Parts: sequence; structure tokens; C-alpha cells
Amino acid sequence: MVFSDTAFRGSSAVLILIACLAWSGTLSHAQGTGQEAISSTREAGLAAWQQVYSVLTTPRCINCHTATNYPEQGDDRHRHLFNVVRGPGGKGVPGLNCATCHQSANADSTGVPGAYNWHLAPLSMKWQDTNDNILSSTAVCRSLTDRSRNGSLDGPSILRHHGQEPLVLWAFQPGRRRDGTPRSLPPLTHEQFVAATRTWVGAGMPCPQNP
Amino acid sequence: MSATTMLSSESGLSRRSFLRVSATAAGGLIVALYLDLPVRAQAPPAKTYPPDAFVHIQRDGKIVIQVNRLEFGQGVQTSLPMLLADEMDADWAHVVAELAPAADVYKDPVFGIQMVGGSGSIAHSFQQYRELGSKTRAMLVAAAAKQWQVSAPQCRTEASVVYGPAGRSATYGELADAAAHVPVPENVPLKKASEFKLIGKSTRRLDSRSKCDGSLKFGLDLDLPGMKVAVVAHPPIFGGTPKSIDDKAARGIPGVSDVFEIPTISRGTAVVVVADKFWTAKQARDHLSIDWEFSRIEPADTQQLRAKYKELGATPGNVAVTRGDLGVLDGVSAANRFEAEYEFPYLAHAPMEPLNTTIRFDGDRAEVWAGSQFQTVDQMAIAEILSLKPEQVTFHTEMAGGGFGRRATPDSHVQREAANIAKRCQGIPVKLIWTREDDVQGGYYRPMFAHRVEIGVGVDGMPLAWKHVVVGQSIVAGTPFASLLIKNGVDETAVEGAADNPYEIPNFTITAHHPTPNVPVLWWRSVGHTHTAFVMETLVDELASRAQADPVAYRRKLLKPDETRLRGVLDLMDKESASWRNHLPEGHAAGVACHESFGTNVACAVDVSIENKRPKIHRVTVAVDCGTAVNPLTIESQFQAGVTFGVSQLMAKGAITFKSGHAEQNNFDGFTPPYIIDAPVAVDVHIVPSTEKPSGCGEPSVPVISPAVVNALFRLTGRRYRTLPLLSL
Amino acid sequence: MQTYKLTVNGQTREVTADPGTPLLWVLREDLKMTGTKYGCGISACGACTVHLAGVAARSCVVPVSLVGDRPIVTIEGIEEDHVGRVVQDAWVAEDVVQCGYCQSGQIMSAVALLKSRRKPTDEDIEESMGGNICRCGTYVRIRKAIKTASQQLA
Repeated sequence: MVFSDTAFRGSSAVLILIACLAWSGTLSHAQGTGQEAISSTREAGLAAWQQVYSVLTTPRCINCHTATNYPEQGDDRHRHLFNVVRGPGGKGVPGLNCATCHQSANADSTGVPGAYNWHLAPLSMKWQDTNDNILSSTAVCRSLTDRSRNGSLDGPSILRHHGQEPLVLWAFQPGRRRDGTPRSLPPLTHEQFVAATRTWVGAGMPCPQNP
Repeated sequence: MSATTMLSSESGLSRRSFLRVSATAAGGLIVALYLDLPVRAQAPPAKTYPPDAFVHIQRDGKIVIQVNRLEFGQGVQTSLPMLLADEMDADWAHVVAELAPAADVYKDPVFGIQMVGGSGSIAHSFQQYRELGSKTRAMLVAAAAKQWQVSAPQCRTEASVVYGPAGRSATYGELADAAAHVPVPENVPLKKASEFKLIGKSTRRLDSRSKCDGSLKFGLDLDLPGMKVAVVAHPPIFGGTPKSIDDKAARGIPGVSDVFEIPTISRGTAVVVVADKFWTAKQARDHLSIDWEFSRIEPADTQQLRAKYKELGATPGNVAVTRGDLGVLDGVSAANRFEAEYEFPYLAHAPMEPLNTTIRFDGDRAEVWAGSQFQTVDQMAIAEILSLKPEQVTFHTEMAGGGFGRRATPDSHVQREAANIAKRCQGIPVKLIWTREDDVQGGYYRPMFAHRVEIGVGVDGMPLAWKHVVVGQSIVAGTPFASLLIKNGVDETAVEGAADNPYEIPNFTITAHHPTPNVPVLWWRSVGHTHTAFVMETLVDELASRAQADPVAYRRKLLKPDETRLRGVLDLMDKESASWRNHLPEGHAAGVACHESFGTNVACAVDVSIENKRPKIHRVTVAVDCGTAVNPLTIESQFQAGVTFGVSQLMAKGAITFKSGHAEQNNFDGFTPPYIIDAPVAVDVHIVPSTEKPSGCGEPSVPVISPAVVNALFRLTGRRYRTLPLLSL
Repeated sequence: MQTYKLTVNGQTREVTADPGTPLLWVLREDLKMTGTKYGCGISACGACTVHLAGVAARSCVVPVSLVGDRPIVTIEGIEEDHVGRVVQDAWVAEDVVQCGYCQSGQIMSAVALLKSRRKPTDEDIEESMGGNICRCGTYVRIRKAIKTASQQLA
């Protein structure tokens, strides 16, 4: 029996969907940085987004997602001292690169945070306005999901990014300040953050309506 | 707490000071400062200066010249040797400068102690170094003449060679030994200005290359066999003492050799950590757990002081200067009277090289290495602590990474700490290092000041009456300089630049209050002029605005008739800046200021715009009259860079503020000096040609820049800025 | 305490130090190379600037444990580099230094700039040199010297 193209594709899609559901059913118990997709309701997705937003707007993340030609630092998110600037690639300028001070790991003995490839998020990924005011949940959500601005990431890629990107991981192990006190953490653990991302992605990455 | 030994308590500056003051023929004052030691009186300054203490000519022709004061950026290690080398007819290419150790022969000829400050190096040693060069030349010629059996007038000198009749010649290197045996002549001729080969010529610094390739050693770089490093935990409030010290963790760090208490001269009792390396010592200090006692100590607080100073400013203080009749003020209508209140914060010097001193004490002698602006004073303080005579203390002057006054401390507090440490660690050289945090929090600031001025303006728009009250700590009270500089209860360094201002103000009174909060204070590059020039030059500008007069023209009219040199720089500045001052782009404004300090007259004009809520200084034109310009390149550098130093006062984070007894700032993140973006982009310097005696250029650049910038800002914003630093525009 | 093999100015040097010790103090006290200076300890002033694998680094905040095998170049070695030599010569020709304490760091930053941009604009200079403090205030002459060096390198 010869199936028509559409019918074949349609039944293949169903088979794939069934397989995915089965797969996700198996892996929904898995911990850590899974790339698994799940399906969630829009309501669950929006609630999960609020959790994601609460992390993204914490100083550990938002300090490098600025709309200006400088990063921020500290819990009070003041303009980064010492006149450091964004530079053409978000890595500072020759003589004053991000890497001039920030190494590939936290330097607790000197109070300087570090992670692999420390640099600013591009301007397209700004989560603040040019007056350093944090953008709304809707605005940040739109920014995150706009593939022309987010480095062409789709849902699974975003999930992977939240799960594995060293600079993201850093936010949850941000090291000690100069005075020896630990830097403040985001409101969720990394696992919770990834789980919330997964739920949100699973809902199709819905954004809240009110801007 | 393990047993620690309290070292002998500080007696403080209990020695008496004798001041010998005698008038010069010119009507000025020469001060010879004698400090009486418990053991014996210090030897008076040498009246003759033996050339062999200052010049060493090596056989290969190298000429090593001793510089009798610290080099800390101002260029004396080049300009003083220039004076000597010119009169000596030395080949400049063979000249090397060294910083002289502490010794009587190197005392400043005017102040009578070995020191650098008051922008006095060239002014005080101009004659001295020239004579030394001329004497050395005479001795070399005499040696050659003797060898050749000719007379001295038959010989001439040029570029380290003596030429005799009949084609004879000998290099200075060849003649050096013989010249050393020639008696030093009493009187020697000095060159006419037209004969100068070096003096007056722009000459590059001798220490440049070694400062560019990492080879020059500063005090902090010293390394000696067996040396240890010490850091000190100072009481967070000046005068505190430890109630208890838990040093178990500190001592447990490998490399730590000792933890003990020492008395300090102004800060109570401190705790020292000695270790094999700086990082070890610092880690150990961070692991000390100290419970400090301050209950009976007054904690300084900036907000409280501001309120108190404002109150004091409303009452007359001790009179510095008064002339005419201030009652005239009452007769001036309200429309022609105005009041102005100014506030200035504490300022840290923050030289780039943090304070440090290395001492090795061997029981009957000691050896010291320090970048000190005050060698005589420091040497005596160290001797006192170690129960030695000053001559038993060998004191090496190290190259210093900036000073600005911070390395000239009448109480020698850092050296005393180092001496107490060396005493405990007898036989071992110990390098005491103050961290940047110690420096920013450690006191000895330019004092906080408040000014209150009431002016009555005459019908001609000129000031008719001027009532001025200055409130701020006395820098010299309690120091050997007190009897010299405090008159009628007024510390002259608090009112200089205002009390002796150059303007024709018929009815003028200036008084001062000197409160005593618990904060050690010190002179900061240009001292009283840092705040008095700001007040004078912004008020004169305001008067000019009220009179709808051009600020330069107004000053010309207001200056006293005999202020010819200040007029001269005003004119030169006007001429050199006219082209740009009158053609400023949109959003730019010009500001001017003129001021004399330390004998040098300065006028400047600035081109300012506002960028990112900060003043952006695009250009400064400076005119200087410092008499004979010994090294125009040094003068240009000092003014180009000095105006940047002066911009410190305007920086948003350019203030030390106190809360609960200690400074709120502890490093460059909280107390921020100017970076390149804060500095003027271009500075052109114009020197008035002169054959007058030289006056200094180390400090006179600083007072004029802040008022000039703020005068320009008025034109941009319509606001008068009377509280420094400028927070936001 | 741990032992580290460091490549400094082309030479292999071995040091034993606490892992958290900043590279600055390893250079100054273990290797006795005092050309790199201590000005603040919090990367605010740039006096401690060295090059790590060709990138400017503030050695006062880089623990020796994070250096790895990246070659270190200090002020003592920068003259071996053509750009380094030209910059030092320009600094001398323009009589930049006053106290000189910050200048090792200024030069290392300027070299990093000029190795990346042979013809820096005024804005490039302000940005790249923007984190180096000179308390004496020699910035006017630093700008001039960078331009002089740039012309030499053209």
C-alpha cells in the first residue's frame, strides 16, 4: 500500500509526537540540565516565565544585559567602576578588556568574579533601558523570544543555554566579594531555574500581555 | 591572646622647638628651625656646602650629583643638577643624579632642615647649586693650572674639559683626584643669564628611561637579604586601643613570624603583623580578630561637622587681617549685598606609591630606607624611638611614587611605626607597607573647611566691604611649626591666599576658627590655596557678573596697582587664549581664574562643556610667572599635570567623609582621583620670560583650575557651585 | 601552598605560593621583579598591568592559580616587543613621567592598545587608557606619547 506524502508525513509526525511524549514521560524525572521538551499549559507557562524573569532580573544576570556602553556591578547595580566600556564585541577594549580582570573562574582571594568567556550580552539582548531601569516582564520576554535579537535561539536552545552556558552557571556560584562575604544569589537555584525554563518552553514560550 | 609587649609609650612631640627668625635685607624672613632633642641639640645647617658632598666626578667622566631633597615627580632630580652642571661646564650627557641621604649638609638653606615642600626646591637651592657648580669648576681649573704651571685665567672650560694655553686639555675625569685636593674657594663668580648652556633650556628628565622599563626601584620595591614585611592593623577610630586580640588564626598562617602591639603617635595603639611576604602579612591581618576600645573617643562625623562649621562661620573668629571699617557693610543696601557659604571636604593625597619604610635596627645603629619629604624630622623621630643619636641613623632617601605633601609629616607617624617594629625585630630589616586601604583611611587629610563671606558692593560694581570667616582645623597646631605659623590664634596656612589676596578691597576683615575634631590633618598640594583660591576667584567672578563686566577686565581693574606680575600673567593668558575663548562652540563656555601662591603668579582660562553630567575640560591655557625658568619642560609638565591634580577637588567621588569616627571610603572605588577622561584634554602653558629669582612650580598649578572650571559652569547652567566636590550637574 | 610553572618574559620560572596569591605579589616577591607595581589591589588603577597571552591583565586580582600556561609579559620584558620598544621610546621622547610609579602600567596598557590599533583615535585612547590612574596627572603627555608611538609604527 502506498501512502500519500501528506499522510505519510502526518502519521510520521504523530509517531514522533508519541515517541516524544513517551520519552519526556521517562525523562521528566531527570535532574539537571536536560534538553527534554515537555508540554505545559499556557497558564503554567506564564507562571513559569515569571520565575524565569525573577532570575534574569537579578543583579547577577542583568548587570551584563545593559542597554548602554557599560556593564553594571554590585547588588545596587551601579555603573561598573574604573571606566570599563562595552567595546565592539562586548568584551571591552584593548588594554581594558573584560578579561583584563575577570578570569575563567572566581578569584575569591581578590574578590573578582570570573567564568569562561566573561563578556557583555549584546545590545540586542538588553533587559534594561538606557537609564538602567529594568524592562517589564513583557518586554524582556519578547526580547528573549525574538530570534532576530536573541542570537537565533529557539526554545530548546534557550533551555540548553540556561542549563549549560558558563556565564549562566556562574550566576548561581558567583563567588565572594572583596570583603569575603558571598555575593548574593538569584531567587531560585539553578535546577529550579532550568525547570521553570523547561515549563515555559514547553508552553510555547508565552509572554504576558501587559507591556 | 599570646603575650605581647607594649613598647615604650609615645611621649608625643614633647620636645621644644626653637625658632630663629631673622630678617633679610630685602625685608623677607629667613627661618632656621632648630629642634631640640632630649639628648643634644641637632647641628645647625651648614653655612658652606662642600662640593665633594654634592659632586662626585668619576675617572671615566661620569658626574654624580647629589640632590638635596626627595624626587617625587616634580623634577628636582633633573633641574637641580642642571644648575650645578651649567656652572660647572659639565657635559650633561655624563650627568647622573642621586637622591642624597639625610645629612646636615643637605639641609634646605632657608628652612634649615632637609625637606621638600612649599614649592621651595629651586627657589631655595638656586643660588646654592649654582655656587657648588662654580666652585667645582674653579677647583678643576686650579688643578689643571697647577699641573700645567699656568694661571687659572689662561684656562677655559667646556663640556667636562679644561683647555689651557698651547693646546693643552684635560678631562674632568682625569683632573678629579687632583681637584679634590684644591682648597674650596670662598667666593666664585656665577654665569650671566646669557652664558647659560643648560639653565633655561627645556631638558628631558634624567630618570625617564628607568621609570619606563621597570628598573628604577621605589621604596616599596626594596629587597634586602633576610627582609620581613610588616602590615599594621590601625584602630578604626583615631586613638583607639585593642581591648582584646585573637591572633590564633593569623599566627597559624605559614610565613607569619610575629604579631604584637605598638603605640602610634596619633592613632592610639595598633597591632602589627610581621611575615615573610606582603600577601602573607595581609592575609594574617585580615584574620586578626580585634575588639577595639573607643568609648572615650570622639567619633568624627561629616554631617555633624558640616552643621557645626556652618554655625561657627556665622560668628567672627580670631582675626587674621583687618583693614578699613566693616561697619560700611551695614550702609550698603540689600540689593548690593550678598552672602556666600562654601564647603570643602577632607581630601586624601593618595600618592600612587602607598606609604612604606624599611628599617633595620642593630642596637647601636639603624639603617632606614624611605621616600621621605622630611628626612631631618624623620631621622630624629626614628632616633628617639630607638634611643639613638640622629647620626647613628643612616637614612637613605628612596625615589617616591608621589607625595603631594603626604610624605612630609611633622609627627613622622609612619617612620615611628617602622621604628617600633624594627626595635621589636632587632637585627632584621623590616619593610612596613601601608596598603591602599590604610592610606585612604589613615588620616592626615587636607582638612575640611567652611567659608562664609559677606560682600557689600559699591556703586562702581567693585567690592566695598568684605567680611570673611574661615572655619577649619589647624594643620600646624601641635607641631614644631606652630609658633612660626600661628599668629593671634590663626593658622596662616588656613587663610593664605585670602588674607593676603591681591585685590583692592578697602574694608576687609578675615577671621578664622580652628575646631579640633578627631582627625589628623596635613598640607595637601598648595595647602590653604586649595580652598581660598576657589572662594576668591569664584566670588570675583560673581562680582564681575553682577557688574556685567568681562571677568578678565574686571580683575584688571580690581587688582591692586602693585600686582604687576599677576597682571602680567592675566595679560599673557588673555592673549594666548583669545583665539579660542571668543569662538567657543555651542554648549561650551570659558572660565578664568588667577592666583599667586608660593611666589608664583598664575592665570588660566578653561574651555568646558557638560558631558554625562560632568564637566568636560577641553582645553586649559595657563600663563605662569615663576621668575627665571630653570627647566621650561619641567614647568610645562608641572602645570599640565598639576591642573589635573587640581581637578581632584571637583571629582564626584573626590571627598573623604566621616561617619562613626572613620572614613567611609577605603580605596579608589570610594575615593576616586581623576582618570584620563576627567582630565583636561589639552593644556598649553606659557611662561613669562623673566630674569627674576626663580619661584616654585610644584604647587601653583593646583589652586586656579577648580575656580576656573566652576566659573565656566556658571555660564552653562546659571548656577554657582559653592560646595565641593561637584556631585552632579 | 602549591608549585606553579610560569612563563615570564619567555623564561620558565617555578614558584611555590598559596594558590590565592595574586600574580602581582608572586612577580614582585617570589620572582623579585618589581617593575609591576602595587597601587590599589582592587584593579582600580592599572599600575599592576601585565600581559597574559597577549591580553592586558591586572595582576593584583589574578590569583596565581588561574594563570595556567598563559605566557606572562611584564614591563621588564616589553622592550623585546617592537611595539613595546617604540612606546617606551615615545614615553622618553615626550618626557611623560613624573613620579613614574604608574607608568609601568600605563605603558603596558598603551602597548595593548597599539598592538590592536596602530592608529588609535582620541576616543580609542580615552577608552583603552580610561582605567589607568596617574595621580601626578600626566595624561596630556600620555596622549601625546601614544600618538607619537602611533606615528612611529605607521
